[in-house]
Amino acid sequence: MKISRPFKVLISMGMLVGLSFNASAHRAWIVPSSTNLSGDAPWVTFDAAVSNSLFVPEHVPLRVKGLMVKDPNGNLIDVENAHTGKYRTTFDLNLVTEGTYKIGYASGGLRASWKDKEGNRKRWPGRGQTANDADFATAVPKNADELQVSQSYRTLETFVTAGEPSNKVFKPTNSGLELVPVTHPNDLFVGETAKFQFLFQGKPAVGVKLAFVKGNTRYRNEQNQIDLVTDKKGYVNVTWSEAGMYLLEAEFEDDLAQAPATKRTASYGATFSVLPE
Amino acid sequence: MKFKIFLSLSLVYCLVFGGFSYAADNSLSVEVEIPRMNVAEYHKPYVAVWLEDSNRKATQVALWYDLDMKDNEGKKWLKDIRQWWRRVGRKAEQPFDGLTSATKGPGKHRLSIDLDAKHLASIPSGDYQLRIEASREVGGKEVINIPLSWPPKASDYPISAKGSSELGSVSIQLN
Repeated sequence: MKISRPFKVLISMGMLVGLSFNASAHRAWIVPSSTNLSGDAPWVTFDAAVSNSLFVPEHVPLRVKGLMVKDPNGNLIDVENAHTGKYRTTFDLNLVTEGTYKIGYASGGLRASWKDKEGNRKRWPGRGQTANDADFATAVPKNADELQVSQSYRTLETFVTAGEPSNKVFKPTNSGLELVPVTHPNDLFVGETAKFQFLFQGKPAVGVKLAFVKGNTRYRNEQNQIDLVTDKKGYVNVTWSEAGMYLLEAEFEDDLAQAPATKRTASYGATFSVLPE
Repeated sequence: MKFKIFLSLSLVYCLVFGGFSYAADNSLSVEVEIPRMNVAEYHKPYVAVWLEDSNRKATQVALWYDLDMKDNEGKKWLKDIRQWWRRVGRKAEQPFDGLTSATKGPGKHRLSIDLDAKHLASIPSGDYQLRIEASREVGGKEVINIPLSWPPKASDYPISAKGSSELGSVSIQLN
């Protein structure tokens, strides 16, 4: 497949930037081997990658760096056996404490794009680089053509539960786009309607665009994407007609940014396991 | 495999009042059949039986799982009794005293539900389901839902039901 150069740059930028909402674009995901576990201190293993097919590692791995795990008490804990291969990162988690764990990435910062004098598209931070807002003034030419500066927030996560689902890991950090469950993400069943609220910077996020796609896309011709938008209070309802592992990709933007940014953009990705009745 | 869960109403509780002797409605006898399976790899199913009200509030009746594995490894698979895990299992400590036993092979098995047991005597009257769920390693899962009124009414019994894959016939009598 031929991919245009700007697009290649886009998808390789920190990998997480690959969170794009075009149905055919690359998608970042973290998939646990099980989402609901029983027994004494069970283990879960995870795959983390960016790919086209869900959930097939065929493009690039997500990085171990920046991966954060919160245990049911809200404490940060380490993963074990982390390994980054050609197409995916894998790691294990021992669920010593009963309750719900959150596993994921949260990042953000200033981003800029412009055209240089030769008409070439430029981006800051560049491919594979991590942005540091303090470098903005020196890295980005202030009067460049088509200069766009955004304050960006990216979140990618998944959840696993040992025993009874708990809610402490959903305590909002008030940064970026966040999911607040009305229905617990580890308690989703076919035929039922789940309700979630989205917050941006701690406030209800109105008009967030959400796309749910079930895994195993390589074994069907249609994506069967479920497109939804959050309501005036940031809520969304989704009814599950089929069991499976779903990827949610959500995006939000507004123009309430502080200079030098002119807009705020936020993305949120998460995997949800929907169990059969 | 055939599982028979026998909720035995078995024991007749006789109360004698002023010379009258009668059988009180104080136990349900449940017989559950575990079907025999013609499969290369057979494991006895995990089975849970519970009573559930219309608000999904559940009361445990029985749990059969692999108690004998070292390091409690058998509990690792309790989540696969999926509906039960959601309603009951994940909220509770196993084993349930007096309600838990080892897995059972093909055949008819009896359970006795003591209606005078503390945890049953205190549940509100209303419409309930007796739910029986089986989950077999390298096999299928099945749930049978049997509507019943609580407390049990003599005129409703016996009740019978039938599974289609992992559970066979179920019959319930009130004693």
